[in-house]
Amino acid sequence: MLHLPPFEYFAPCSIADAVNLFAQYGDDAIFVAGGTDLYPNMKRRQFTPKVLIGLNGIDGWRGISNGNGVTIRAGTTLNRLSDHPTIRQNYPALATAANLVSTPQLRAMGTLGGNLCLDTRCNYYNQEFSWRQALGFCMKKDGEICMVAPGSPRCWAVSSTDCAPVVIALDGRVRLVGPRGERVIAAGDLYRDDGIAYLGKTRDELLTEILLPPPDGTKSIYLKLRRRDSFDFPILGVAAALRFASNGEIENARIVLGGVGSRPLECVESARLLMGQKLSRELIDAAADAAWKPARPLDNTDSTHSYRKKMTRVYVARALEALSEK
Amino acid sequence: MSNVIGTPLAKIDSWDKVIGAAKYADDMNLPRMLHARILRSTMPHARIKSIDTLDAEELPGVVAVITGRDVPIEYGILPSSQDEQALCVDKVRFVGDAVAAVAALDVETAERALQLIHVEYEPLTPVVTMNEALDETRDAIHSGEHADHHNIHKMVALEFGDLDAGFAEADYILEENYFYQGNTHLALENHSALASFSPDGHLTLWSSTQTPHYVHRALAKTLELPASRIRVVAAAIGGGFGGKTDPFSHEIVACKLTMLTGRPVKITLTRQEVFYCHRGRHPVLMWVKMGVRNDGEPTALHFRTMLDGGAYGSYGVASTYYTGALQTVTYKIPAYKFEGMRVFTNKPPCGPKRGHGTPQPRFALEIHLDKIARHLGLDPAEYRKQFIVDDKTKTVNHLTITTCGLRECIDRVVEASGYGSEKRETRNESQESKIENQKSKIKIGFGLACGSYLSGAGLPIYWNQMPHSGVIVKVDRGGGVAVFCGSTDIGQGSTSLLAYIAAEEFGIDVRDVRVITADTDLTPVDLGSYSSRVTVMTGNACIQAVRPLKQKILDAAAEKLLVPAESLSFRDGEIICEDDDARRLKWTDAVVLTEAKHGTLSGTGSYKPPKRAGPYKGSGVGVSPSYSYAACVAQVSVDIETGQVRVEKIWLAHDGGRALNPLLVEGQVEGSVYMGVGEALMEEMTYRGGLHKAPSLLDYKSLTMNDMPRVETFLVETNDPEGPFGAKEAGQGPLLPVPPAIANAIYDAIGVRIDETPITPDKILKALEEKEKGRTARFGPKNFPNAPYPEPLHVEPPEDAPRLERKKG
Amino acid sequence: MKQVLHLRVNGQAHELYVEPHKTLLEVLRDELDLTGTKHGCDLGECGACTVLVDGTPILACLALPIELQGREITTVEGLAHGAELHPLQRAFAELNAAQCGYCTAGMMLSAKALLDRETNPTREKIRDALAGNLCRCTGYEKILEAVEVAGREIKK
Ligand SMILES: Cc1cc2nc3c(=O)[nH]c(=O)nc-3n(C[C@H](O)[C@H](O)[C@H](O)COP(=O)(O)OP(=O)(O)OC[C@H]3O[C@@H](n4cnc5c(N)ncnc54)[C@H](O)[C@@H]3O)c2cc1C
Ligand code: SF4
Ligand code: FES
Ligand code: FES
Repeated sequence: MLHLPPFEYFAPCSIADAVNLFAQYGDDAIFVAGGTDLYPNMKRRQFTPKVLIGLNGIDGWRGISNGNGVTIRAGTTLNRLSDHPTIRQNYPALATAANLVSTPQLRAMGTLGGNLCLDTRCNYYNQEFSWRQALGFCMKKDGEICMVAPGSPRCWAVSSTDCAPVVIALDGRVRLVGPRGERVIAAGDLYRDDGIAYLGKTRDELLTEILLPPPDGTKSIYLKLRRRDSFDFPILGVAAALRFASNGEIENARIVLGGVGSRPLECVESARLLMGQKLSRELIDAAADAAWKPARPLDNTDSTHSYRKKMTRVYVARALEALSEK
Repeated sequence: MSNVIGTPLAKIDSWDKVIGAAKYADDMNLPRMLHARILRSTMPHARIKSIDTLDAEELPGVVAVITGRDVPIEYGILPSSQDEQALCVDKVRFVGDAVAAVAALDVETAERALQLIHVEYEPLTPVVTMNEALDETRDAIHSGEHADHHNIHKMVALEFGDLDAGFAEADYILEENYFYQGNTHLALENHSALASFSPDGHLTLWSSTQTPHYVHRALAKTLELPASRIRVVAAAIGGGFGGKTDPFSHEIVACKLTMLTGRPVKITLTRQEVFYCHRGRHPVLMWVKMGVRNDGEPTALHFRTMLDGGAYGSYGVASTYYTGALQTVTYKIPAYKFEGMRVFTNKPPCGPKRGHGTPQPRFALEIHLDKIARHLGLDPAEYRKQFIVDDKTKTVNHLTITTCGLRECIDRVVEASGYGSEKRETRNESQESKIENQKSKIKIGFGLACGSYLSGAGLPIYWNQMPHSGVIVKVDRGGGVAVFCGSTDIGQGSTSLLAYIAAEEFGIDVRDVRVITADTDLTPVDLGSYSSRVTVMTGNACIQAVRPLKQKILDAAAEKLLVPAESLSFRDGEIICEDDDARRLKWTDAVVLTEAKHGTLSGTGSYKPPKRAGPYKGSGVGVSPSYSYAACVAQVSVDIETGQVRVEKIWLAHDGGRALNPLLVEGQVEGSVYMGVGEALMEEMTYRGGLHKAPSLLDYKSLTMNDMPRVETFLVETNDPEGPFGAKEAGQGPLLPVPPAIANAIYDAIGVRIDETPITPDKILKALEEKEKGRTARFGPKNFPNAPYPEPLHVEPPEDAPRLERKKG
Repeated sequence: MKQVLHLRVNGQAHELYVEPHKTLLEVLRDELDLTGTKHGCDLGECGACTVLVDGTPILACLALPIELQGREITTVEGLAHGAELHPLQRAFAELNAAQCGYCTAGMMLSAKALLDRETNPTREKIRDALAGNLCRCTGYEKILEAVEVAGREIKK
């Protein structure tokens, strides 16, 4: 049986306590919510924190509240999220994405906050210690070079969260609370294009809320490519959100790809092509083509990277087709 | 007679399983038990220069550390392949090869200690692919005595009948290469072993093993203990599929450590380690050449295989023969040549997985036939039916067909699926694309394939004249019956079958029978749960053990009831006179009378398969008391834009002889279909250098509940003379036709041939691209390596084998 | 360092003394001798370790007992009422839905959570509810049947 490395465990009752505890232990500490990403990694010794700060006991840690748009607390579990009537009604892509994560058991444990902060993944990294030892360690953990792109100065581990592309496509923001105070940033700014330092927040900042603007007629969809219809991480995720004017012209368009880079990739060019236009076969193909180009999957997930790249175009086209029919 | 046989009854051990009481090896604990872990090689191929265990020994909580020098004696499942060591002494041969072991007070300490063992390696060039194995400039993985030639482990070539004449008679000859990827058992339970050595010199091992008898032998050899002082008990087993049929390093290590420390020692492998132990399906490259007449009648078949064996022999010699043995038991083939070769590579060793060595050639053969049928414009189902082997005949390679229900199997699946006719089931609603635009991109296809498998190997693994299976039956004066048999139940229900047979014979309730299995101290030898041998062999042994006992009981009852013994029968817990049913005796009274008359009531039975091996070396592989048959139709939908395949439905008809418990047979069929679909679409052992790419349940893809198609099962019950109550096998055969049926269905849907497994979306897209470009619409191996196959041994076919009729010149 | 831990398992309160990094799986199996909960991967990839926490299926291999104090944990050993089997147990045994039996505990607990919500679920729903439990033996067919049969039994 694989074991967790020993640690000291704290269960703060408030966000402030959690942040203070972290400040106290600094590099030795790590936050944990559902643990469904962190614990497997700890068992494989990607992390050996001395101190675990468990977030689940925080007062008001979970829940979804309506206001101007919707506020989702970071500790909301994925199954709550996908079952929630408001989310299903107004942000169907998010409900879909949450529901497509892993398995029922993991969705009952995993949180939206944890999903957005999910460690990047790579076939050379998500392996047991002895496996990585046999390979020679890579730069994301304990080593010097990248095994996928040996000449590369950076790590190309893959952003594999299902929800992040959707939250970005829906124009979401996140609230971060840290020792230096609180800030709200665009969800897109939570990510950096680097497999190691993949988050645009400091380690001591706690993600507390996800804020989604009112849907305002925006239609959204999420499509996921994976080998099996359960368990598997996305090897490509396509989140698309479109708002149509009454004359059928597109007023607002966002397409975000997951699973093909170290961060969720926004297809800016595709969105530009769509804006102010009516959806047609040609336009869909043009937008899909434009989305396909920036995607640069490497050979470090399931399936081949050429296949994932090919599928980017197909999935974007399908997402747009589906939205045009909705 | 009572009504047990043929009735859908619960398995007798199901109850413990549903309440969580069944004890699997890792569920067992003993007082003062130590926990052990094994240090495994991080090198694919290297010489061990030194191992320093000092730091590990000094870690508090560590009780013992051992290395290869403590257990150097070589072993292996086949007498001809004694090429493994429990812990490597001079050399490691794959990443994961066992190097040293630690026993400690708890697992975490043992794990920490592993990090403190320092091994110095001198790396050797790794041999990873089959082509590299044929390259003699690379280092040899084994010394000469274990290999036929350098890294070629085994070479065979056999020719039955006149191949040249066969091809000369052919109107159409098709040649093609195929590749069947390696994959693994992936039993949900990881292997575990608990060993205990008592001060009087008795060693006991509880293990998740399918073959306690072979483990028993390996322990005696490697530990240099008399077999009489070793007891091997198979714990409840969480799935096997062939993955627990070799004696394993961790079993020997646990025993050695308990002998050294005087304390019980448990080792439970991690999932990654189980991937390293492997012994699963060999990757097999195949070249097939088949000649047929214009009506499709086969005139000659030439089959060449190359198996990537991994680092050790394991069952590999048998596997090699199996890739050639069973091509002849389905269709009449008058001339057959088989060339097989197994090479060593620096990867986890391959061995037997469900269907042992036969799903790969079956995949190639059934696709090949589909291509021939299409070429000749014949219906693939009708075509096959014309040339099916006849009952009570022999094949060109000297295998004996007792009963063959294949024709009926084909009829059943064709009728139910509408294969080849207009009334094919329309598209399954749930799979239909919700998006209007995409409907045209989904293509539906149907494919058919057949298969056959043995009901137990005709020869034991080591040469001997003793029974393959033994049963002792004891009747208690309280009326209870105990059946003792060395067989292991890996979920298929073999333990329950013994209870059913005893209950049926004695006319009593199944609950009055206890079955004690898989304990080398208590139960007579059964060779183990492999090659689908258990039902036929233990069943026959059980009947043999019961029948003389029945006679004694009848005699005693007859004396009491004053009627002739012949007029009595066992029914519903009584012994009843068929001529006058007022004359009856309770079963419990009858056994008391019998015991008073004869003393303690027990009987023994033994089973040895009929001697049927042909007159040539290598003829032992493939012979069996009987063969099962299966036919499968697969319905698939293929998305031509994404290459994604969904298997919508599988119809499978299986001739497993008489179904002793239809529920269990259906379970075997459904489980086989599941595994066949997985192998066809996604299961695969892949390596990067010598390192396994995906040694986890997440990365090694197996079907989830959401990926599993609907299965419709048909049991075609022939009454086989060799089987207990007419039974044949069911555990492996139904897997065989599934992958080729899927490949054939994909062709039907989109007109491309995928001649290798797994059939992944990117391969489909590549084949479609070829088609679009006007090239051969196919994905698969293009050529076969140039390898030194030996001159074939020419064997005269038996009298009653299919004959080549000369029609041309 | 070991800490005191209060766990309720199958209706029984336990006071335990364990290190905080021991998962629920380890505590159930090693401390409470409830070995009916199995493990196939220890990484959340198979579902063999599924148990219920307040009626919801979770994975014991990724759960910390320290976070589950005060919650009601149900394992396979807690499915039956005394000597009376839960309908799922009966159906799994009678329909041969447990072959090797290693996935069985997890399967039944996932199924129980579903049947507690609705006794007559569609096949689709059953598949979704059990999609986090791998089985290598049965091909899932008999498991689906057993869940349906148990649902009908419960409804009665
Ligand atoms: C077999 C398996 C399959 C999976 N499949 C998928 C999949 O298909 N799609 C997918 O998206 N995910 C998948 N996951 C990953 C994971 O289960 C989910 O992403 C889950 O939502 C993570 O949430 P958590 O609360 O469990 O995260 P945790 O493990 O608790 O945390 C993950 C990371 O985020 C940090 N963190 C957590 N919460 C916060 C916070 N509020 N503020 C700051 N930092 C925080 C932690 O320190 C940690 O580094 C899978 C996991 C497994 C084991
Ligand atoms: S992308 Fe390169 S550096 Fe990053 S985890 Fe993979 S192998 Fe390591
Ligand atoms: S042991 Fe596999 S999911 Fe927990
Ligand atoms: S019954 Fe064996 S894994 Fe499911």
